[in-house]
Amino acid sequence: MDVPIAPAPATTPVTVGAVSERAQARRETIRQLLKRPAFLVGIVVLLGWVLTAILGERITPYDPFNDFALNHQPPGQVAVPGQDVTEFHLFGTDRLGRDVLSRVMVGSRDVLVVAPLAAIFGVTAGTLLGLIMGFYRGLIDDVLSRLVEAFLALPVILVALLTLVVLGPSPLVVVAVVGILFTPIVARTVRSAVLSERQLDYVTSARLRGESGLFILSREIFPNVLAPVVVELTVRFGYAIFTVATLSFLGVGIQPPSPDWGLSVAEEYSYMISGVWWSTVFPALAIASTVVAINFIADSLQSVLGE
Amino acid sequence: MARFITRRLLLSLLTLWLLATIVFIIANVLPNDVGRTILGPFAPQESVDALNERLGTNRPLIERYIDSMVGVVTLDFGNSFVTNQPVLPTLAAAIGRSAKLAGLALVITIPIAIAAGLFAARRRDRPADRAVVLLGLTSSSIPEFVTGTILVVVVGVQLKLLPVIATPPRNADFLTELRYLLMPALAMAIVYFGYIARMTRAGTIEVLQSDYTRTATMKGLTTRQTMIRHVLRNALIPTVAVIAVQIGYLFGGIIAVERIFNYNGMGQTMLFAAQRKDIPTLTAGAIIIGIVYMLATLAADLIIAWMNPRIRLEAER
Repeated sequence: MDVPIAPAPATTPVTVGAVSERAQARRETIRQLLKRPAFLVGIVVLLGWVLTAILGERITPYDPFNDFALNHQPPGQVAVPGQDVTEFHLFGTDRLGRDVLSRVMVGSRDVLVVAPLAAIFGVTAGTLLGLIMGFYRGLIDDVLSRLVEAFLALPVILVALLTLVVLGPSPLVVVAVVGILFTPIVARTVRSAVLSERQLDYVTSARLRGESGLFILSREIFPNVLAPVVVELTVRFGYAIFTVATLSFLGVGIQPPSPDWGLSVAEEYSYMISGVWWSTVFPALAIASTVVAINFIADSLQSVLGE
Repeated sequence: MARFITRRLLLSLLTLWLLATIVFIIANVLPNDVGRTILGPFAPQESVDALNERLGTNRPLIERYIDSMVGVVTLDFGNSFVTNQPVLPTLAAAIGRSAKLAGLALVITIPIAIAAGLFAARRRDRPADRAVVLLGLTSSSIPEFVTGTILVVVVGVQLKLLPVIATPPRNADFLTELRYLLMPALAMAIVYFGYIARMTRAGTIEVLQSDYTRTATMKGLTTRQTMIRHVLRNALIPTVAVIAVQIGYLFGGIIAVERIFNYNGMGQTMLFAAQRKDIPTLTAGAIIIGIVYMLATLAADLIIAWMNPRIRLEAER
């Protein structure tokens, strides 16, 4: 099941042959991925949400922001106040009479920008930290390891809540907080990958060749720990959506008037008890489908790249 | 064993100090003016100064830092900015209620998840295994508040099986209370099912491939004997570790769950504190949950060392 990617021939200078070998390995990885139904389902769902976010008002049945029919009407025909017509709302209307389907279609806009940025931030910082910790060992590693340990003990949602209260909720702060809280998790993964690489022969021979530490780290070790980094990026992307959606639900993430899914659930959930389920359930299902899709992609990558 | 525990405890104390320092930096260094943060940009400067004076947030940073570190050691987290009452007593009662909810979630999820993980591992790569893996992946990736809202709509409102709020009536007996807590606990249990099942599966697969399992099978032990005497003890080591880590996360997810089910625990307290910019309550909450997480991982390490002497000896060296 697990197909190891061909180890990059790092000790030899990069020749045409080596490049094509790497390209071949990459093609093989993609072929393996496309054979997995979970991966395909994940990609289709995720691309679907990206597409509705980009096309937005051009394809939504109604204006998601400024089209007000009768409020809290169940899926079906809905009267428009002041006019003698009815409109068809497939997912019903929300508390202000806006079309739930249209809002769900554009609701991915903010989270699909904030969450990937947070994931990229966390993975970049974490990879740098992990490379340094694993390669230089010694005092730097000891000190950073203790810090990583302390960060891991922090409750993510609670610390994000505290920081957003202190700095005020803005998308940039959300990206920074979630990114920083993800950094130590990534650092720990990359560190252990580097630890097992650094005792291999190609590192020793690079040392004997007199290469600098920076060169060995960036040109020899980094390409060989790329697989776990890529896996970590997709996994963190999933967690970032999970976290950002939760923060939006708690009122400190994406702010109104965004049609964001987590925010919509927060604005509408108290009406569930009186039977108005559609304005909460549809955005909730949208969140669920997105995080599940990303986790399917991440899991497939993990098995194909063989961790 | 004594040396192992001592070393582990000292490291925990170091981590606690770092954790408390990080939280102090977020709460005191990031906002350059706490009074301004609370009162907002349009408040007159005199009110801001007066508030800073009352809250003690105009004192030098180093003095506040020492105070807060002493506070962590003596478990005195100062007074709430809002009620001016000591933070800890209010928080302790709320944490007690949350612990009930979290405990119920763990009691529901752990046995089912371990059983599912063992079931999948013994049918590796067969359809039943793939189903458990995908189910676990799905359940652990959906946020608690999403599962919670869907449960409320389906189980609470449509089927009317369980109450839609978690707070039981006054003087309710144990069973009534359990009925009220069941749905929020279920929302949390679903998320943790995936993590625990996957870890159990991975641990079991590794042990099933080991030489000593083969030996046990070849010397004629029944499957049952092999599983109980040889496989479980080693296979559950990663499971114990992941359960401990999840106990910390449990209190993150609980905030959203308590909001949906209107349960007056730790999560609601934190959320109210956030809305009122009650920084001492939020910091105390973050540090206490950090301590809970560290105690849980400490307990897990001790259990793991007890389960596997090799790890114990390795750590002592």
